[in-house]
Amino acid sequence: MKISSFLYCLKQGFKSLHKHKLFTLASVGTIAACIFLISMFYALMSNFQYIVKQFEDQFCIQVYFDEGISDAEIEAIKEKIGARAEVSDIIYTSAEEAWETFKEQYFTEDNMDLAEGFDDDNPLANSASFSIYLNDINMQDAMVEYLEDIDGVRSVKAAQTAATTMSDFAKLIGYISGVIIIVLYAVSIFLISNTITIAISVRSEEIGIMKLIGASDAFVRTPFVVEGVVIGLVGAAIPLIGIYYIYSKVITYMLSEYQALSTNIQFYSVGEVFKTLIPLGLLVGVGIGFIGSRITLRRHLRV
Amino acid sequence: MSDSMIVFDNVSKSYQDGIDAISEVNIRIDRGEFVFIIGNSGAGKSTLIKLILKELDPTTGKIYVNGRFLNRLRHSKTPLLRRDIGVVFQDFRLLNDRSVYDNVAFAQKVIEAPTSKIKRRVTAMLALVGLAERYKSYPGELSGGEKQRVAIARALVNNPPILLADEPTGNLDAGNSWEIMKLLEEINKRGTTVIVVTHDREIVNAMKKRVITIHNGKVVSDEEGGYEYEN
Repeated sequence: MKISSFLYCLKQGFKSLHKHKLFTLASVGTIAACIFLISMFYALMSNFQYIVKQFEDQFCIQVYFDEGISDAEIEAIKEKIGARAEVSDIIYTSAEEAWETFKEQYFTEDNMDLAEGFDDDNPLANSASFSIYLNDINMQDAMVEYLEDIDGVRSVKAAQTAATTMSDFAKLIGYISGVIIIVLYAVSIFLISNTITIAISVRSEEIGIMKLIGASDAFVRTPFVVEGVVIGLVGAAIPLIGIYYIYSKVITYMLSEYQALSTNIQFYSVGEVFKTLIPLGLLVGVGIGFIGSRITLRRHLRV
Repeated sequence: MSDSMIVFDNVSKSYQDGIDAISEVNIRIDRGEFVFIIGNSGAGKSTLIKLILKELDPTTGKIYVNGRFLNRLRHSKTPLLRRDIGVVFQDFRLLNDRSVYDNVAFAQKVIEAPTSKIKRRVTAMLALVGLAERYKSYPGELSGGEKQRVAIARALVNNPPILLADEPTGNLDAGNSWEIMKLLEEINKRGTTVIVVTHDREIVNAMKKRVITIHNGKVVSDEEGGYEYEN
């Protein structure tokens, strides 16, 4: 198609949007409602997964060493484990540090003298350990197996059930949100396709004349696709703006009203959510308009 | 076949319900001819037009239009065929929300003609059909005869070698009908092959052109002269 013809089709698309104002409003409303739901769902789900991830990150594997192991051997084991891709962090706790932490947790000022009696004979002498944090909690089983086979390692402890349950739950939420978003997307295409069908029936005579005069399919299709894309873009922008304000207000409200929440969990900031939501929303909107108009027109072009 | 504009070679068309719309039709229309196709309602005239425009495909037989073999013409090439055929309908089929000028220019836009050419061609066509002064008017402001003139200007603006008029005088009074027929005759004299589908006995008899008569989907006569076929 020539550039001048494309510009003509573009102009016709915009003219038609203006001419069929009611149809335009109905279509924008339809897409806006669907994208509002998709975006709300995305914001909720991404936050949920973010919170799950925070809990996952707190899980670590504890590795204790054989009695009498030297510092050089411990360092060698650390290097060996640290070289693995799934390991995000290793924190070493010496026997002295373990005893100090234990004292702080279990003794008070009143009975500290009891604890100090053990200072020359550390009861946790063989409790030097690594706390190993993983990038992906699903790798925990394999990692535990690997650690148990290392020479110098006495025992390996991991919060097995909690870790896998959290991981499985996060996965399940991921699948459910994926399915719901796909269903909402399909519903949007169906709704917009119906609305475009009405628009086409109003203009079926014009399409018929165009086809009989010798218009190519692209020439007939382009103004409708332009309409669909513009409607999709506007239909996406409106709920995105709305959700931007709603989201920031809700997060501020929750953190101020429920202070216990703010000490234990963090939510995604507006900026972080919208880094994904803006391109996603616009893409979904344009996609709905583009696909909806093409599917609906296909039938009318077979003349 | 070099002088043939339209050739129907033993063409039949059956619809899905088993009804034969046309059966074993053989027609040859040469370049520059003026031909009437006549017949009663349901005779198969509309099917014939749809086959020429490739709105339908034949069940059997071969169809050629301006050198194109329609049986094997791909969907993507159909617009090129239709640009060779100007079409005029009984109900005018004008876009009521566009001016006379825009209705005619629309046909040029559709074939992606350069903007510089569009103004020149549209002005010339409106002058040919006698509506140069009414280019700003809208279809709702025109008489039936004027509307049909706009439709003819639109059909001719792309300079097609064939003009296909389907009952062009069906919605017009006698005076306007004659005006339109004179215009079509004038267009034919300029070299365009004109095919008029009608059942206006008076006009067919007066024009003394070639007349192809269709009855129950078959060509029952094809001769110069008038409307001789009777039920």
